[in-house]
Amino acid sequence: MGAIPTATADSDQQPTDAEPPVLEARGVVKRFGHVEALRGADFTVRRGEVVALIGDNGAGKSTLIKTLSGVHPPDEGEIRVGGRPVQFSTPVDARRAGVETVYQDLAVADDLSVAANLYLGREILRSGPLGRLGLLDKRAMRQGAAAALDELGVRIPRVTTPIAMLSGGQRQCVAVARAIIWATNVVILDEPTAALGVVQTGRVLDVVRRARDAGMSVVLVSHNMPQVLEIADRVEVLRLGRRAAQLRADEVTTDDLVAAMTGSTNVDRDER
Amino acid sequence: MSSAEATAGTQRGELSDWFRERISHAVSEFTAATALVVLFIALTFASPYFLTADNLFNIGAQTAVIAIIATAQTMVIITKGIDLSVGSVAALAGVLGAMVVRDLGFSLWAATAVAIGVGALAGLLNGLLVTVARIPPFIATLGTMSVGRGLVFIITGAVGVYGLPRSFQLLGNGQILGIPFAVVITVLVAVGVAFLLSQTRFGQYTYAMGSNLEAARRSGIRVGRHLTGVYVLAGVLVGLGGMIAASRVNSGQPNYGISLELDVIAAAVIGGASLFGGQGRIVGTIIGAFLIALVRNGAVLLDISIHYQQVIVGVIIWAAVYFDQYRRRRLESRG
Repeated sequence: MGAIPTATADSDQQPTDAEPPVLEARGVVKRFGHVEALRGADFTVRRGEVVALIGDNGAGKSTLIKTLSGVHPPDEGEIRVGGRPVQFSTPVDARRAGVETVYQDLAVADDLSVAANLYLGREILRSGPLGRLGLLDKRAMRQGAAAALDELGVRIPRVTTPIAMLSGGQRQCVAVARAIIWATNVVILDEPTAALGVVQTGRVLDVVRRARDAGMSVVLVSHNMPQVLEIADRVEVLRLGRRAAQLRADEVTTDDLVAAMTGSTNVDRDER
Repeated sequence: MSSAEATAGTQRGELSDWFRERISHAVSEFTAATALVVLFIALTFASPYFLTADNLFNIGAQTAVIAIIATAQTMVIITKGIDLSVGSVAALAGVLGAMVVRDLGFSLWAATAVAIGVGALAGLLNGLLVTVARIPPFIATLGTMSVGRGLVFIITGAVGVYGLPRSFQLLGNGQILGIPFAVVITVLVAVGVAFLLSQTRFGQYTYAMGSNLEAARRSGIRVGRHLTGVYVLAGVLVGLGGMIAASRVNSGQPNYGISLELDVIAAAVIGGASLFGGQGRIVGTIIGAFLIALVRNGAVLLDISIHYQQVIVGVIIWAAVYFDQYRRRRLESRG
């Protein structure tokens, strides 16, 4: 297993990339009691790319995502944003560094409107003394929400609709849009389409593409290999708590991905 | 189903969405208001005493206490919590308010401040039990209910606090231009809280926490602090309500408010507050409070025993919660 060379080799791999990666994990170790979920995991996200993070169940995908989003601070190793080491002890720290995450269980408030959800925790207040009393500028939030959703191509009846009245796909789009709107560096999506039908999945992926085209970096955790190859620019494979491969999506097949995940062969084209 | 997202024919869909959106709030309020009007008319015919100035004044003052405390309850219910301690906290506040007037010569206003302070402290206790000790609201406030009632009896020796100056009655029985003072206070409280809930960040967070606590937390809202704040504010109103109740009978009654929590929970739920959190408006709660006060008043006028009143209120709670669940299912079964 240890035969797969990782971080040391590939840091020299991209000598042309002058810009440091927007988000990077280096040698991250995370233990839960006696279980070592991450054993020196590396992960790289560059500006404006969609990176798929894949791996078998128990490979450490969720744990890695959670260290990157501040839910589980790593025990060892470091996380860098724009080349600079950072400490994420809470999700709020990660968000301040421009890293937004959409978890599998959508964190939206069903009873609140779409606009209220997009601005949750970041409400626009009225200017002047009224604002200091906590008075909301609802009109500004409605307009901002409508404009932002429009830009991302998210179609919902209206921004005043409570989330509870939206379909599953619309909800997911709102959750993803919310992350994209506020992220300045990276959006992490944990299985964003797992519960969706074909049409709705297409909508969510469209939103992801638009975000990428606008220069946003996206990390996509997925079990759906064809989807990974469809949307990702690059694929990073995690196995047994370490990076097993870095692949260009246009150079591999789903079989290659599965092989890399299960470790049946060492597919690692970046190595050559 | 993707039909909800179908590209064509969204016009009609959008219109009905808009309708549902508006109507979902208004339905329970409208139903409650209709019931209120029907009951009002029925009582007018059923009892010659009902539609008299004295009785209407009485209903106003009676509604005031229920409405203020139901407003407090509504805030807590919106956060997906519940406050069972309102009755005993109101009694504690009223009794202590009466005692500081009688024994320490406090003015009515200073005594009201004391009562409000007692309510705030009880609210703080509830809030900390829920957020810091992580005891579910039902159990946390059940404990506070028992502790509060115990304290009232210990402090008073289970004897009412009498011998108060007439001026003590101002809050509960006084009037401005023929309108009960208590009603004026109620209107101010209701408008204030309705504004707080619908127009401010504090209100937004209150709904958000009740709707999805985890989402609120991940959005960077300091949920512990805000939730505690809601309980404290509720406590303030309960203290005020307790003081008005004591003022109405010109004495501090240790037995006051037993099973008051049922009346105010009923008022809130009738008005559309959802025990599943995230929903509830003060307009509805006020209508609900009126309905409950009218049921109580009507029962007295028609000589229906207090035990039957309990039964009626219980049945109303069932009906209101059943209706709430039905409404939620319909709203969410879409798409």
